[in-house]
Amino acid sequence: MIGTGKIKQYANVLDKPLGKGKQEVSLSAFAFLFSELVQYNQTQVDNISELETRLEDAGYAVGARVLELLCHRDKGNRRETRLLGILSFVHSTVWKVLFGKVADSLEKGTEHEDEYMISEKELLVNRFISIPKDMGTFHCGAFVAGIVKGVLENAGFPAVVTAHFVPVEGQQRPRTTILIKFAEEVLRREARLG
Amino acid sequence: MTSTACFIIVSRNDIPIYEAEVGSAAKREDAAQLHQFVLHAALDIVQDLAWTTSAMFLKAIDRFNDLVVSVYVTAGHTRFMLLHDSRNEDGIKSFFQEVHELYIKILLNPLYLPGSRITSSHFDTKVRALTRKYL
Repeated sequence: MIGTGKIKQYANVLDKPLGKGKQEVSLSAFAFLFSELVQYNQTQVDNISELETRLEDAGYAVGARVLELLCHRDKGNRRETRLLGILSFVHSTVWKVLFGKVADSLEKGTEHEDEYMISEKELLVNRFISIPKDMGTFHCGAFVAGIVKGVLENAGFPAVVTAHFVPVEGQQRPRTTILIKFAEEVLRREARLG
Repeated sequence: MTSTACFIIVSRNDIPIYEAEVGSAAKREDAAQLHQFVLHAALDIVQDLAWTTSAMFLKAIDRFNDLVVSVYVTAGHTRFMLLHDSRNEDGIKSFFQEVHELYIKILLNPLYLPGSRITSSHFDTKVRALTRKYL
């Protein structure tokens, strides 16, 4: 056939080059896949918090891989050792690669030292999802929270990451905030490193 | 290359996920265990050192007799540790970088559980070819 000679076929995935990562996936394809993921998990669990946990675990696997791949590809093999470094890595590099834009904002919590928030007007994964009233506080952004958790934990900054809706006056749809609460040892190590 | 080397990959949770012993020196039974013991003892040093620098290649961090331990830490805190007697630092750095690429390809497999043993024989073949090339 015409053109088959041009693409080199690799016998094993380990021989294939990693690639520059300039590929894009269609949004509708992803939306279908994600909706199936949520629906499948809905049949497997009894309550909302288990459903959120399952979505988070799915995101965690993605986060672990995204961290390694992006540090190798975009950061020229430099690791993040400081808290602000890893947070800005998540906020800009990870968001840009996954969602095509940097996150709307990164804030430090005022009440607690160990809380940080990444906000988005509307998460890409939630674009085609509507939550029925009887599901209360369920948030499909638990998947994205899982991705952030995967990145942070694998980089050595264990944290509890959750996604919340925050109502904003002037807009009918509430903003989404990813709340990151770091573990004790992270703060102690940050203080030690100065 | 007629040099001894012992290469292990240790996951974030301090579990070895891959081991390769390369060497043409006298293959004593206790040599392999000795090498692994030295590498595991060096893990403590790596843990402290990893937080002081943002580079991945940590060069030579420990010595034992005439063998040197060199370590490369990835973003996900997976450690590539090499026990060797060669002095070719650039060769070792290139070796680590190539193994890092192979490791990322293994990791990207959605069916691979991060932190579990790497059982792919193709990976093993490629790593051994790299040791012959760079060490």
